[in-house]
This record gives sequence, C-alpha cells and structure tokens, in this order.
Amino acid sequence: MPVMTYREALRSAMADEMERDDSVVVLGEDIGVYGGTHLVTDTLLDRFGPKRVIDTPIAEGGFTGAAIGMAMMGMRPIVEMMTWNFSFQAVDQILQNAAKVRYFSGGQAGVPLVIRGPNGGGVQLSAQHTHSLEGFYGHFPGLKVVSPVTPHDAKGMMLTAIRDPDPVIFLEAGALYGTKGEVPEGEFTVPFGKARVAREGTDVTLVGYGRQVNMLLRAADRLAEEEEPIAAEVIDLRSIRPFDTETLIASVRKTHRAVVVQEQWRWYSVASEVAAIIQEQAFDDLDAPVERVSGAEAPAPYARNLEIAAFPSEQDVIDAVHRALYR
Amino acid sequence: MATTKGQSRRRKTSSSDDGPVAASATTRSRRNAKSPSPAPSRNGSEAGALDSDAILDLFRKMTTIRFFEDAAQRGFRQGKIGGYLHLYSGQEAVATGFLSYYQEGDKIITAYRDHAHALLLGSHPNEVMAELYGKGTGLVKGKGGSMHLFDVENGLWGGYGIVGGHIPLGVGMAYALRYQGTDGIVQLSLGDGAIHNGAFHEAANLAGLWGREGMNPTLFILENNNYGMGTSVERATAMTDLSAKFDSYGIEHEDVDGMDLFAVLDVAERATQRVRETGAPYAIEAITYRIAPHGAADFLERYRTKEEIAEWRQRDPIGLAEARLLEAGVAEATLDEIKREAKAVVDEAVKFAEESPEPEIAELYTDVYAGDGVTG
Repeated sequence: MPVMTYREALRSAMADEMERDDSVVVLGEDIGVYGGTHLVTDTLLDRFGPKRVIDTPIAEGGFTGAAIGMAMMGMRPIVEMMTWNFSFQAVDQILQNAAKVRYFSGGQAGVPLVIRGPNGGGVQLSAQHTHSLEGFYGHFPGLKVVSPVTPHDAKGMMLTAIRDPDPVIFLEAGALYGTKGEVPEGEFTVPFGKARVAREGTDVTLVGYGRQVNMLLRAADRLAEEEEPIAAEVIDLRSIRPFDTETLIASVRKTHRAVVVQEQWRWYSVASEVAAIIQEQAFDDLDAPVERVSGAEAPAPYARNLEIAAFPSEQDVIDAVHRALYR
Repeated sequence: MATTKGQSRRRKTSSSDDGPVAASATTRSRRNAKSPSPAPSRNGSEAGALDSDAILDLFRKMTTIRFFEDAAQRGFRQGKIGGYLHLYSGQEAVATGFLSYYQEGDKIITAYRDHAHALLLGSHPNEVMAELYGKGTGLVKGKGGSMHLFDVENGLWGGYGIVGGHIPLGVGMAYALRYQGTDGIVQLSLGDGAIHNGAFHEAANLAGLWGREGMNPTLFILENNNYGMGTSVERATAMTDLSAKFDSYGIEHEDVDGMDLFAVLDVAERATQRVRETGAPYAIEAITYRIAPHGAADFLERYRTKEEIAEWRQRDPIGLAEARLLEAGVAEATLDEIKREAKAVVDEAVKFAEESPEPEIAELYTDVYAGDGVTG
C-alpha cells in the first residue's frame, strides 16, 4: 500500500474529488498562489485554475458565508480555515446559517460544505492561536464534526465530507501534517459515525480523537510494560457528531473502566459527553468512575514548559488509568 | 468598472417626479431632513414597457401586501402570531418594483422583513400566513416563522434573522450562478441597519472583487428606511451617504425614490439588465420609510415623531400609485374593486391559517440533516 503524509492524503482527496466533480471548489487565505500556509492545497491552483481555487482576502466571515451561498446553489465548496482559531470570525455564518438553513427552510435548502483546517495546539502559539473546538462545534445540531488522526482516515473522511449533503467541520491534526501512513490506492471512503479500535485490550478503555490518539497508543505501550501489565484498549472516535455509541459501549462492557482524553478544556466538553453516555448506557458494567484527562483551565500559554503542562501527557493518562484500576 | 473618486462624489438619483439632475440636487437635503419629497407631478417618466394592465396588477400586489401586513399585525396583537414580526408597510414599492424584473433562474435573498418578497414571487398567501401562525401548512412547515420564508421553486432563498448575516450568502450565490454558466442574477435586499455590520463590508468586498471577472451578478438593494430598529441613520454613522459605502468596494450605485413605484420600476429594469449582462454587482439605495414599527411590538414613537410619520404617510407608495392611476384615467371603481379582491385574498389567508393544523411533533427532528439525519 502506498505511504503518504497526512498533508498529501488531504490534498489527494480534494484533487480526486475536483477531478471527478466540477462543483467542488476550494476557497481560503493564501491557498492558491502561495500554496497554502500548511501546503495542504499546494499545486491545486495550477491543476484547477483560479475559478476553482479561490484566494480570498483575510475575512473569514465573508468568504465562509459566500461558500455557504455557493453550497446552497449546489456547488460543493471546501473552505480552508488557515487555523480553526480564525473560525471565530466566521462563527455567525457557520452556526447561524450553515448549521440551520436546512431546518428553517423546511428542508428546501441544504449546505454541502466542508470547512477544514488545523485544530489544537502544541507549537507555542499561545492564547489566541490555540483552541480545540470539537466540543464547541459538536454542540450544534445541523453540523457534522470529524477529527481524523491517520493519513488513511484523513483521505477517506475527506472524501466522505466532500460528498456529504450537510456542513462538515473537518478538524485536522495540525501537528501531524508531516506524519506518514499507508493510504489505499484509488477511491475509498471512511464513513462518519464509526469509531476505530486502534488497539485492543481488556483492562481499561482509553478514548480519544485527533492527535491525542497517538499519545494514547504510546501510553498503552507503557502500561503494557508495567510490572503488572495493563492491557489498554484505545478507541479513536474519529467522528464527534455523529457519534459511535455502539463501539464505545461495547468496549466499556468488556473493560469496565474508561479514561477519556482530550486537549480541550474539560467543562462542557466532548469528554464530559462521553462520560455521561457511558454512565447512562453502561452504568452497571463500570467498576470505577469514568476518568477525564483534559487541557488546563486557562488560556493556552506561550512558554514551552507552561504549554507542555497545559495539555494532557502520557503520564497524566497513566495516572488516570491507575486511579481507574485503584492502583 | 470601479467608480473613480470624482464620480463617487456625484450621486445619481432616479425619480419619476424630477429629472435626474434636479433630483440629485434635492436628494441629500431631503434625506438629511428626513422628510418626504412633495407629491409627484403629472410629468412622471414612463414606467418601462409595462402596460396599464401590468400597472394595475402591481397596484393589486402592493395593496395585497398592505392588507396582509395589517392582518399579520392583528394576528400578532391577538397572540395568534408569535416571535418577532417585521412588517413591510410603507416599503411596498421597492420589492414590487424590483421583483417585477425577476426572471426564472434568478435568486432572491433578503433579511427578516420578507413577507412581501414571498407574496410577490408567487408564494400562496395562505401558506405565508400559515407560516406566521406556526402551522404545518406554512411555507416552511412551521419551522421558520415570519423571519425565514423560503420558496426556492419561486426563487426565494430566505428569509434570515441576523442583521447583515445573509449578505455573504447572496454574494456566494451570485458566484455560483456564473460558475454554473447561467445568466441568472441575485437580488440581495438589505436594510440601512445592515450596512454598518462587518458582514456587509466583507461580502461587498468579495462581490466587487469577483465582479471584476464577471463572476458576481449581485444586485444590492439597500432599502434605507432611515431606522435600524429605533436608531436613525444619523445616530448610527458619521458618513450618512449610505450608498457611497459601495464605492469602497468598486461597486457602482445610484439612488431611487423608494416610495415611487414608477421610479423604482425604471431603475429596476435598467439595473437588473446591467447586472445580468455584466456579471458585475451594482447597488441601488432606495429611500423609503417604514410606516409600521420595526417589529410589531415596537415603541415607535420613542424614536420618531407623529409628525414625521404623518408627513411620510403623505407619500405612502400605495397612495402615490393610486393617484397616478387615477390621473391616467383609471376609474376609481376599478381600484376599489382591486382593493376588495385583495382584502378577500388576505381574509382567506387568515381563515386558512387559523383553520390549519399545527405541525406534527415528528417534524421537530426532520430537516436537521438530509435524509433521516443523525444527531449525537
């Protein structure tokens, strides 16, 4: 199977769909001539021309809203948020128009739109440029929210996103653009609402998504090497909304313990929702309270040591697992 | 296409009352004084190529809108219509004039003062009223109410409740029409209140930019009724020449007396044709006045005087059109008959709305997503 980077996987999905379907266009800041700040859209302008690869002024509300209008007319625009932090400039368009037009038009209008870009922190960008917005966007009915971690899923879920009839919030693991993985040749899609068991285990379920999944896999390796080895199952949610309750609950019924890990703040977050779902649907199977490991309740700091302290670490996860196993 | 700096200082105003030159001399002072201009003279321009039957039909439409809004106001006061209710009374000539030049394939988008747009585009008054009443027979199945009327088969793409928020959508729609190789245009209505919002400026910038390549057939229809809710234009911006704000984005524009149906028709014919041919945006500022409150529950006399309202009522667009028709020799009995028929249409709409069933509870969860959809 060919190996490509996360970045190449995304680009490959977009280019394939643009070849297949004339209604697909890409809009965003510096995505054309410049090639994309993270080079995800590099070469697309040369291949598809300026009517389909549209460089915009730095005005997220304007161009995101315009993309919504294009989508309502039957086009399939892909908006690049240079980073998701800038989506706050477009939040009225995303939440008030994209998420709701189908509903308040009584089903007469739809918004087949993808908004994609890097989400999360870890590269010392401090408070205004570091957010994990999956809980924020996941709160709104009408949106779909996904967060792939492997190049395989990046491509397969991007194809699904572009073909979806509804607006998709596509949260990329910005820190992972250069990571490599196997991606099948030809057309394949990864459906929304299906979690992935990234590692099987019997003693505890570790739940995460996005770049946290890689950290959970490393933590699981260490837990397996402990004096009394712990076999952790790692679930990559992949999709925040729709949500795969079935895979989650099946795992917890097997392990009886769960640790949910996220980079975002804990209050009103994805981990809170996951913990609630587990206690609602698998209360009698639990042998310990569900543990949540989250980002520090403060705006993201700049200094490297503070930033490291602000995000969940392998050790934080291991400590939470020990608490769940009463060790 | 960009307007030069010198041109931007000159304001061109269409009016059937006066020649364009005379109008440009009077427009600014009239607007600054917030007072209506005098009643029209007999020397008005021809209303495009419309014959007298067509004019009578427009009179019928304006009259129907007024009766419809009056009935909606009553329904609101009786507690039969909930939420917010924004009436178009006083502004009828603007939408009536512009939508006379709607062609199949065009797309219409507006904010929340949208009842007239639906009625003019051919939505059934029964369904529009039923939507206001929150009934399952409503235009959008009782899911949107007054602010979210959609009738996409007839060209109406909403109906949006956030001031300024729909403007970027309209600009994107116009891009799509050209991208898809059609000759359709977007008529994008906005109020004077929306022009101070960032969404307007970001979207107008894109429209100008894309229009340079013939990729943005957006006709901006700025309905200046002088009040953003209760705040007058003078209290909202230091630069009160609102249409000149389009100069910043390379979009040419002109003004029109929005109380004069015939003036609106003239400018609408030219403007729609121009946008259709060039694929570039163009803007019209229609000077108009909302006789009704902003919302049906509004305290209208806290921010404007009875005298001001009375003065503008002299220039009620329906009254002006009626006077012109009478002068042209139409019998008063003919106009009375049209009014009776319009009233009957609205009475029937109210009856239909009152007797219609509420939406099924199952509708709560439909149209969240396409198909069966998904939630958490």
